[in-house]
Amino acid sequence: MAVPVHYYLIVSALLFGIGVLGVLTRRNAIVIFMSIELMLNAGNLSFVAFSKALEGLDGQLFVFFVMVVAAAEVTVGLAIIVTLFRNWKTIFVDEVRLLKG
Amino acid sequence: MELFLFVVFSLITLVSAAAVVWHPHPVKSALFLIVTFFAMGGLYLLMQAEFIALMQVLVYAGAVMVLFLFVIMLLNLKPRGEDRSAFRKRLRWAAPLILVFLGAALTAVTSPLAQLGPSAGQGVGWVESQGGNVRAVGRALFTHAFLPFEVTSVVLLVAVVGVIVLAKKERR
Repeated sequence: MAVPVHYYLIVSALLFGIGVLGVLTRRNAIVIFMSIELMLNAGNLSFVAFSKALEGLDGQLFVFFVMVVAAAEVTVGLAIIVTLFRNWKTIFVDEVRLLKG
Repeated sequence: MELFLFVVFSLITLVSAAAVVWHPHPVKSALFLIVTFFAMGGLYLLMQAEFIALMQVLVYAGAVMVLFLFVIMLLNLKPRGEDRSAFRKRLRWAAPLILVFLGAALTAVTSPLAQLGPSAGQGVGWVESQGGNVRAVGRALFTHAFLPFEVTSVVLLVAVVGVIVLAKKERR
């Protein structure tokens, strides 16, 4: 029995919601970053589900490019976190309040 | 059978994703994230996207998570952790927002306007005639998506240069 595409989209929406929840509630920069990865993956899941529903491959090509950009983003973001830690001796984002005055 | 595997993989995905957000220890969050990525690879396999499933396991569960664990190890954080009561307080006001978002998303997904049919793509038979998903995706990448495929190498180069600039010690 084939699984309808709706089910994949619902899983994707739930995964995205969990990711947003992580960004809103956690204060550890690394965990916030992992939550962003969860949201990116939810988007990828939607892409592949639509690609299956439309019986094409373009969605899967998009997922490939999203993965490349996400890999680049992870390297740059983690380097920023390392620099943050070097300058502030913390990675908790509520203790870095340079713009708050 | 397919429905059973779908339920198993999506339950593993969602539960371990929730554990990533909930768990106070970043290393354990990272390990749960690896579980999430593997289960999502299973979901991709169920959708006959074998190439994406392989990339998910190799790139995300392999490379990206090694990078995460490496940085966590490098920073060697003190075990003092976050304030859990503040976390719960933020959870209480964030949960309604998420529920509104999920309600909107689920309404959109299940509305009759969202019914999709095979219209835009090349069709399942085309993928079969190309000799499988991996070959079909590879051929598409090297023919009509060739320019963006080459641009990704520039993106990666920029990322490498940027990381070196960021991580370099400033000379005085």
